[in-house]
Amino acid sequence: MAKTYDAGVKEYRETYWMPGYTPKDTDILACFKVTPQDGVPREEVAAAVAAESSTGTWTTVWTDLLTDLDYYKGRAYAIEDVPGDDTCFYAFVAYPIDLFEEGSVVNVMTSLVGNVFGFKALRALRLEDIRFPIAYVMTCNGPPQGIQLERDILNKYGRPLLGCTIKPKLGLSAKNYGRACYEGLRGGLDFTKDDENVNSQPFMRWRARFDFVMEAIHKAEAETGERKGHYLNVTAATSDEMMKRAEYAKEIGAPIIMHDYITGGWSANTQLAQWCQDNGMLLHIHRAMHAVLDRNPHHGIHFRVLTKILRLSGGDHLHSGTVVGKLEGDRDATLGWIDIMRDSYIKEDRSRGIFFDQDWGAMPGVMPVASGGIHVWHMPALVNIFGDDSVLQFGGGTLGHPWGNAAGAAANRVAVEACVEARNMGRELEKEGKDILAAAAKHSPELAAAMETWKEIKFEFDTVDKIDVAHK
Amino acid sequence: MQDYESSLADAASRKFETFSYLPAFTPEQTRTQIEYIVSKGWNPGIEHTEPENASDNYWYMWKLPMFGETDVDVILKEVEACHTAHPDNHVRLLGFDNFAQSAGASMVIYRGKTV
Repeated sequence: MAKTYDAGVKEYRETYWMPGYTPKDTDILACFKVTPQDGVPREEVAAAVAAESSTGTWTTVWTDLLTDLDYYKGRAYAIEDVPGDDTCFYAFVAYPIDLFEEGSVVNVMTSLVGNVFGFKALRALRLEDIRFPIAYVMTCNGPPQGIQLERDILNKYGRPLLGCTIKPKLGLSAKNYGRACYEGLRGGLDFTKDDENVNSQPFMRWRARFDFVMEAIHKAEAETGERKGHYLNVTAATSDEMMKRAEYAKEIGAPIIMHDYITGGWSANTQLAQWCQDNGMLLHIHRAMHAVLDRNPHHGIHFRVLTKILRLSGGDHLHSGTVVGKLEGDRDATLGWIDIMRDSYIKEDRSRGIFFDQDWGAMPGVMPVASGGIHVWHMPALVNIFGDDSVLQFGGGTLGHPWGNAAGAAANRVAVEACVEARNMGRELEKEGKDILAAAAKHSPELAAAMETWKEIKFEFDTVDKIDVAHK
Repeated sequence: MQDYESSLADAASRKFETFSYLPAFTPEQTRTQIEYIVSKGWNPGIEHTEPENASDNYWYMWKLPMFGETDVDVILKEVEACHTAHPDNHVRLLGFDNFAQSAGASMVIYRGKTV
C-alpha cells in the first residue's frame, strides 16, 4: 500500500534504526564512536547518525514520497559498548552502494563525515573504520604502481628501502639543497625527500629545485651503480599548477613525485595518482594535517580510515608513523593500518582496532613510510615491525651525522643490511639489536660514529590515542 | 672526522644492492641466506652479467630458475658452476616469490671486475 504524507518531525529511530538488518556484501559499512548529549537514547542517536550521513533531514518532506527511501537510507544496525569508556558507544551503519559515485572517495567522505559531525545531539563523533565492499574498490584506480612494480622499477629486493628528508625544512637555496640530496644518495640511500612544506617559495622555486636535484640523482646513480630517487613535491595551490610540476618532473626523468593528500585535497590526489599510473611515475604521499583529524580518541576520523581513503585515491607510499620515533603511534593500531596499506585481505581484529573484514581484491598495496625522529638505534625494531615492504626514513638521523650525510646514509645502509641479514638467519632483532649493530660497526666507522652520536636519544611519552580496552 | 671515499673514477665505489654495504659474505654466511630463501618457499634463480651491463634489468639467466629446489648444496653448486663458466661476470642469486610476483631476496655472490 502506498504511503501517505504526514508532515512533521518523526524520531529518527522509527526510520533509521534497524537492529535486525543483515548488511549486504555490497553495502559500505561504517563504525562510528558516538558520544551523545546527556539523556539522548543510544538508538536515537545512532539512527540520527545514519540519517544525517545518508538520506535524512530533521523533518519529513513531501518529496521523500517520490522515491523509495527505504532502499536508499543508511541503516544503523548495531550498537556496542566501547571497552573502557562509558561516555560513548560504537554505532554500526550500513549504506547502500548506490548512495555514492563510483571511484570517488570525495563523495563517500562528504556523506560520512559531513554535516553529521556538527550535529547538536552529539557531543563528539569519530569515524573509526569503513568497510569498502570489493564492488566499490573495483571502481577506484588505487596506487599508481604498487609495491611489486616499485621494486622492479628501482631494482630493490629483500630489504626495506631507505630515505631521508632534507633539512632544514625551509630556507636552503636550490643548489645547496641538491648538494644535501647528492650526499645522502651517494652514501647509500635509495631516496631523498622534499619536506612537506617545500613547495615553491621565494628562496627556492620548484623548477630550480627539480633541476639541481635531478643532477644529484644522476651523479649518485653513476657513482654507486644503484638506482636512486627523490620525492619531488608537486603539491601546489591549484591542481593545474600541480600537474605542471608533475609533467616537468616526468620530462627530466624523475622516477617519483610527492603529494600531500589531505592539505592538497582528495580530488587533486586522485587526479595526480591516475596521471602517475598513465605516465609510469611513482607517487609518495605525505599526510600533513592527519593528526588534526585522527588524534582525539572521541572526535574526528581514525587514521585507518584515512589509510583506506589513500589506497583508493592512489599513492605508492604513505607515512604510517614509526611506533618508536618522536611522533604519536600505538604499536598494535599501527600494525593494523600497515596491514590495511599492504595486504590484499585484512580480517576484522579488534586488538588492532580493525572493525571489519576488508577485501582489496587485486588492488596494489601501498608502502608504509616510517619517518620522524628515528636513528640507527631504532633500526632493529623498525625492520622487525615494518618488514621488507616499507620505507625507513631518517632525516635528522642521516643529516645529523657528525661527518655529514654521506656518512650518515652509509651508517643507516650498513645498519639495515646487518639487521636484514640477522633476521634472515633467524636472530631476534629487538632482543639482539645492540649486538647486531655493534658487530656491523666494526666494519663501518660511519655506523660506529652514528651509534655514538645518538646513543642516549629516546622518545618515551605515552600514546594519547590508544586501542579501546576494558579498564574495569 | 673522516672523508667519505667514493667517486666516479673509483670502481670500488660501485655497489650491488642488498648486502653490498656489508663485508663480502663468508661461505657460511652465504649458506645461511640460501637457507632463508629455501625456508620461505621461494624458488632460487641464478643470473649473471658483464660488469658494464650491471644496471640492466635483465641479466643472463643461468639455466632456468631452480623451481622447487630445497637442497642448499645443490643451489650452491649451481652458483659456483655459473661463476666458473663466467669468471669475469657478476653472479647473483634471487629467491623468486611467485605469490608476490617479485624477488623476495636478491644478492650478488660473485663480483666480476667492476667498471
